[in-house]
Parts: sequence; C-alpha cells; structure tokens
Amino acid sequence: MNSTMTRTSTSLKPVSRPTFYWTLADALVMAKRNLKQIPRIPEELIFATIQPIMFVLLFSYVFGGAIQVHGISYVNYLMAGIFTQTVIFGATSTGIGLANDLQRGLVDRFRSLPMAKSAVLTGRTISDLVRNLFVVAVMWTVGLLVGFRPQGSLWAWIAATALLLLTSFAFSWISATIGLVARSVEAAQSAGFIWLFPLTFASSAFVPTQNMPAWLRAFADHQPVSLIVNAVRGLLLNQPDASTIWQAIAWCLGILAVFIPLAVLAYGRRTAR
Amino acid sequence: MAQNAILAEGLEKWYGKTHALRGLDLVAEEGTVLGVLGPNGAGKTTAVRILTTLLQPDGGRAEVAGLDVVKDAGLLRARIGLTGQYAAVDEYLTGYENLKMFGQLYHLPGSVARRRAEELIERFDLVEAAGRVVKTYSGGMRRRLDLAASLIMLPPVLFLDEPTTGLDPRGRIAMWEIISNLATDGTTVLLTTQYLEEADQLAHRIAVVDQGRVIANGTADDLKARIGGERLELTVAHRSDLEAALQAVLPYSSGEPQITTERRHLVVPVTHGAQLLTAVVRDLDAAQVRLEDLALRRPTLDDVFLTLTGHAATEETPEEIASDKQMIRSAR
Repeated sequence: MNSTMTRTSTSLKPVSRPTFYWTLADALVMAKRNLKQIPRIPEELIFATIQPIMFVLLFSYVFGGAIQVHGISYVNYLMAGIFTQTVIFGATSTGIGLANDLQRGLVDRFRSLPMAKSAVLTGRTISDLVRNLFVVAVMWTVGLLVGFRPQGSLWAWIAATALLLLTSFAFSWISATIGLVARSVEAAQSAGFIWLFPLTFASSAFVPTQNMPAWLRAFADHQPVSLIVNAVRGLLLNQPDASTIWQAIAWCLGILAVFIPLAVLAYGRRTAR
Repeated sequence: MAQNAILAEGLEKWYGKTHALRGLDLVAEEGTVLGVLGPNGAGKTTAVRILTTLLQPDGGRAEVAGLDVVKDAGLLRARIGLTGQYAAVDEYLTGYENLKMFGQLYHLPGSVARRRAEELIERFDLVEAAGRVVKTYSGGMRRRLDLAASLIMLPPVLFLDEPTTGLDPRGRIAMWEIISNLATDGTTVLLTTQYLEEADQLAHRIAVVDQGRVIANGTADDLKARIGGERLELTVAHRSDLEAALQAVLPYSSGEPQITTERRHLVVPVTHGAQLLTAVVRDLDAAQVRLEDLALRRPTLDDVFLTLTGHAATEETPEEIASDKQMIRSAR
C-alpha cells in the first residue's frame, strides 16, 4: 500500500466490441466462474450425484421387485425416469446459486459493472447445464453397472441425452425465477425442491401410470415430466415415438419462452430495490 | 471553481410506505472526501445505491462525474467504483481470480486484466493470499480485496458504504490509510459511516444524515464547534474537593466547566485531551484531590444526534426499523 495506489503503468482501455459479443463473452466469464467453484465445494457435487445413485439402488433393488412392467426389465424401464429426475433436481442449483449471489451482495457488484446484464443469469444456467452433463454421465455408468441395457442406435442415445440437457436448461430457468423471488437462500432451496416431488413421482418416471387412480392418471399422462420421460425411454429402448418427442421438446421450449422473460424481470425487480 | 464530482438534489425514495429519503442533498467537490454520517436506517445506503445506479430515485436528481445517474447510468458505471457493506467478492475464487474476473467484466483485454490483478494484489498487500480462496481471508483482507476490485478501472469517483464496519482496530486503521491515500491521489470519495471519528479522520466535509435528509453539513471542525469537542469528566470522592479540583483543571479548560455538586461531578471541555491527561492527573494529585473517576470523552455520533436532533442516534422509531429491514433485504 502506498500513495501511488491509483496509478498504473497499464493502459486500462476497454475493448470495443458489438453488444451481442459481450452478451456471450460475459456469460462465458460468469459460467467459468461458477464451474471453478464446483471442485472447491466438492460436497455439493457429491450429494448431487449420490442422491440419484440412491434412487437407482432404491428403486431397482427395493421397490423394483414389487413393480410389474410389461415386456422389459424394471431397470431398463427405470433409467429414463432416473435420468429425467436427476436433471430436473440438478436444475435447482441454479436458483440456489443466484440466491447466494444476491445474499452476498455479488449481484450488486455485477450490476454496477458495465457488463451484459443477462450474463449473471445465462452464465449460471450454462454452468449448471455443464454440471448436469457430468451428473448424467455418472448416472449412465451407474445404470450400466446395475444392469441397464439400452437398445437401439448410438444416435438415439445421444438424442436422449440431448433432450435431457434441454430439460435441464429449461428447468434451470424456472429455478432461476424461484431463486430470484425467494427472500433467502434457505427459502430458495425449499421452494425450488418442493414442487418437483409431485411432478416427478406422479409421473411415468418410476411406475407405469396404468395402475394409478383415474384422476391422477389424467394428470400423470399429460404433464411435462411424463412426456419427457416417455420420449427419453422410447429413444433408449428402441421404441421412439415422434409425437411424444415433439411434445417433450415443445414443453421445454414453452418453459424457456415463459421463464426466461420472467427470470429477467425478477432479476431487474429484485436488484432494483 | 472546482467541479462537483457528486451532486444530489432533493432525492426522494419510498420503500412501500416507508419514506427512506426525504429530499436528500449532497455535494462533493472533485478530489475531496465526503463523509456521510448517520445511524442505521438513516438512508445512507439508499443514497449510495441511487448514486451508483443500482436504484432509481422517486424524486430529485443526481449527477456523478458530470453524468446523470438515471439517464446516463450505462456510461456512469464505467466511471465509478463501489464497495458495499458486504465484501462483494466470490468466496470460492482466489483473490487473484476475483480481480481477473472483474477486470474481464470491465471488458479489459485478458492480458491487461491479468496484469492489473497482479498490480492491485501487490498494492493492497495481498501477495501471500492471492492464490488462496477468499473464504480463508480475514475480514480486513476481504475488504481490501473488495476495494481493490472497485479500483480496477481507476474510477474518478469511489463510493464506500461503511468500509470499516465489522473490522478489528488493525483492519480499520489499514483501511483508513488506504482511503486517505486514494484521496491524496485525487479520487473523489463518498464514504458512509456510523463513526464520527472515522468521518473526522478521513472526510474533508461531513454531511450528517437523519431520517432521509441532511441535518448538518460542514467540515469536522464546524460540526465539533456545534456539538463541542472532547471533555474531561471527573468525579471526586468528597464534595469538599470539588473547588480544588476545579482550580486544578481550569488552566486546561477550553470552555465553561460544568459542576454538578450533588453528584460530585465536574465536566471540563478540552482540546487535545489525551496529551493533557498526564498533566491533569499530576496537578490533581498535587492539589490532593481524591478521585473516584476520571474519563476523557470524545463526542460520539450519539452526541452529534442529541445536539442536532434532540434524539439519540440509536433510538429507532418503528419507521426506521422498517426501512432498515428493507435495506437488509435489498442488500441480498
């Protein structure tokens, strides 16, 4: 510390580039920042991975014997549900991360910088996508170990993974909106999770919907998680159904169309205080 | 005439039914330090947030570095630095990574962002800690890093919102040194604080804020002249000693001493009291005055408020508590 603190030999001239360049470049800086945090908070990623592994073991070994699925082994049926549940639950970290940044005053700093406004949100959703890709890769391995045997072509499996990532991205934006509206990190955590339980369990993720009561089945058959699970399942088991796949994609795009603007609005409101 | 680096006129802000700013005026000439002094909930943080474009005023206008805080917000952001009450740095990045990231977000070329980060780390005495994650830093180190991040672009105007709150005395003194160096270098600084001593040490001019408006304005000396400076407070063991005690301390007094006979209590206004203290004790001893208590008191924010408003700074009306909570929430 000395009295020439504010002098520098470096020329501090910002680079001049078109706006869309910075929209992307700033988002990547933010995404990189979030990704760097992951290995430094290993417990978070470990729990995010252990939880779906527990679900695999629980369903395939404990409940599996009691669940009858027509024509295929239960593990083969189950994995599409586990994959979908994993990316949807994994997407909750978006909202928690944003709530954390708000609470720590970091969002204030970002907002006082001449950076692209959207970068805080897009950077976070992109890094969570990468994180989810990693968790999905782990789940593939675990699945294969417990007897999951996908059928069909490699391209179909890649398409299934791509649909899962689109799902992850879409649900990240819902989670972002919740995280920005929530009053604390704890609230963001519970509010981000609680509504996902009925959505994933009252679906075709773990059990066929045929045995559900009629009213529940009406819901379960038409809600987005079931459609995504069915589309993924079709792709992994060589019974792809174009209509289901398009409906699943439409749901994801619809969620993005609604929740990207909502999250941006919430971001503006929340920090405009 | 020197230009005004900060000019706020009649700022108004409502949070729901809470009137947080009620026509706040602030002026800081280029290259000076303006101290904004006030208790919690007085509206200091709200004012800083408006001046740094984070919040829109409901009324009035403000210019910083010649730019309107509402209309020219985008341009202004490149010309100001802000260090808030919470050290807004990433806990899980290292000090170096934090500074590099902020440099990139200021759109400096990568190599410049790296060089600038190294430079600031050296100047802020963080070389040893640069490669550690911020989570392991002390409060003082975090604040220094936070301040370094605000200085990446050498902003001509810097806002420091309670920069020493929560720091230990050593950290506080280090921070004071940095701030006064910045001022020497020509940066205009707006500093909010709850400590009269801090404003006294650092600020060229002080604006005392209470309930969303400025209630007094001037140099530290102006304010002290209004509230009185230091005073010696004595309690003698026997009432009969009061007269002898008064005679002993009278030569050191800078104003009219006050005597409360029933409480055997004597209050003597002094200047540079700490330097006089030894001599006063010696003289009292020589006069064989038996003391029960002797204290040197500096005016505190409470004294300022008692004098200027008739109510204590810590006394919170329900309204102030409400606006306090608003600010805590908004800081999240």
